[in-house]
Amino acid sequence: DDKLLTEPLSHPDFFSVKELFTLKDLFNARVHLGHKKGCRHRFMEPYIFGCRLDQDIIDLEQTVQHLQLALNFTAHVAYRGGIILFVSRRRQFCHLVESTARACGEYAHTRYWQGGLLTNAPVLFGPGVRLPDLLVFLSTLNNVFEPHVAIRDAAKMNIPTVGVVDTNCNPCLITYPVPGNDDSPAAMELYCKLFRMTIIRAKDKRRQSEAIEELR
Amino acid sequence: TLRLICTTAAVQRKNVGASGPEKYTEAFIKKQIEEFNLGKRHLANMMGEDPETFTQEDIDRAIAYLFPSGLFDKQARPIMKHPTEVFPEQRKIQWGEDGRPFHFLFYTGKQSYYSLMHETYEKLLNVQKHQDQLIAQDLPLQKEKRNLAGSRWLTKIELEEMLLEKVSDDDYSRFIKLLQKLVSLPCADIEEKYIQKFSKEVPVQLQKVVIEPLQHDERGVAFSTGEGKRKTARATAVVYDNGTGKITVNGIDILHYFPVVQDREQLLFPFQFLGRIGKHDMVCTVSGGGRSAQAGAIRLASAKALRSFVTEKEVEFMRQAGLLTVDPRVKERKKPGQEGPRRKFTWKKR
Repeated sequence: DDKLLTEPLSHPDFFSVKELFTLKDLFNARVHLGHKKGCRHRFMEPYIFGCRLDQDIIDLEQTVQHLQLALNFTAHVAYRGGIILFVSRRRQFCHLVESTARACGEYAHTRYWQGGLLTNAPVLFGPGVRLPDLLVFLSTLNNVFEPHVAIRDAAKMNIPTVGVVDTNCNPCLITYPVPGNDDSPAAMELYCKLFRMTIIRAKDKRRQSEAIEELR
Repeated sequence: TLRLICTTAAVQRKNVGASGPEKYTEAFIKKQIEEFNLGKRHLANMMGEDPETFTQEDIDRAIAYLFPSGLFDKQARPIMKHPTEVFPEQRKIQWGEDGRPFHFLFYTGKQSYYSLMHETYEKLLNVQKHQDQLIAQDLPLQKEKRNLAGSRWLTKIELEEMLLEKVSDDDYSRFIKLLQKLVSLPCADIEEKYIQKFSKEVPVQLQKVVIEPLQHDERGVAFSTGEGKRKTARATAVVYDNGTGKITVNGIDILHYFPVVQDREQLLFPFQFLGRIGKHDMVCTVSGGGRSAQAGAIRLASAKALRSFVTEKEVEFMRQAGLLTVDPRVKERKKPGQEGPRRKFTWKKR
């Protein structure tokens, strides 16, 4: 059992996450497009490649590195049977995110976030609830263009976060930020596809390793 | 051993309300079902009937016989029902042994409501896709109009019962708006089955009152009967056609039976309303009540009898004028501690 858990940690890319996407795929899905110069957040400046006709362009080479780290981390969490919660407050992609979560066998929350969901969970749900082990933000802002409350709550409860940060978002409290576009449907579909494939791959690998261990 | 010294009563008192509504475990419900079945057989033996074929109606009758109760509220009387009807359905624990919740929307708080919204939105997207396909193939969109008048959506309470969790007013209105949007699309016929789960039939005309046809007596004159009541008075009236306006009550002419003008006015009001004062004869019998109550009872009876002589529009006019409604006012009972139904005893300052 110990071997099952320690073996993936010795490899840098145990789940071969790098093969899932290329820079060209990101470009075709318009992940590099950011908001206008006026919307730019100060802390996103290191991730921005440049500005063309007042519109920010995100540096895709950095995005590739960050996305690989994020997908690798989600794969490890899924391998260890962790609870992954997809969060997004964009009404257009609410259905897509919920279907992705259902397809993976993980959980989603794309609705109004009640105050003490993470911080006051035993009172809301009942004693003995298990909190999510990873929060995946497919859009860090809520409907009023302010940072989502869940980022702060996850930081309070020591829950690691993976988030797609656009040029108007604050990447501070997110453990694995992924600079990229969160407004186009093509970009969102690409992210959902990538997360879904990593999680399914990780779970399949886990089942295979357990079967091999039992045979011994 | 430690001994509690000098503590306040507040520490010892447990806050019972904070634990929330009691959850019934499966073992508890099973025990209740076993006890109910045993009790049913005992009851059947007591009543001298066959324990195997003892239905719920027999149980109700037996309980009403063994424990007679004069309480007005039917729900306050002793009842013996199957435990599934007595104990409301509740949520069991939502997660498995390893702690992972069963439902994918568990962390939202309102999982059944949001999953319902998710499904309905999926149906909407399906319908839109189908519509796009039909347009691409240049086929005509089906436009069979759903009968909107005969159906209504589920109420908030019915939805709460269906989902087993509380639904707020905003959530309910949002769900209904989504359903209405789904129904308004032209190709919504595909999801007819899904929509029918949330719509209920409304009986179109509540208690359509049947107007009896005219009967003819030996001389060939058309007549019709009507019954009426007011307070404790009960009256039956027979209204004949081709008459002169004579009205007889219990064999006595109205001028002698009702000396007061007000009562005679009450009798004549239905005829005056329809403009048929001199055209009908009436013979009525009345018993019970006082002078005014008998007059009101005969008025109702004659109005009911006149419905057969008159068109449907005029019946509607009569109904709106209040000629066809039974007056529900009865004498209110006297309460203890008071002199009458409302009058209190005289208040003395000292």
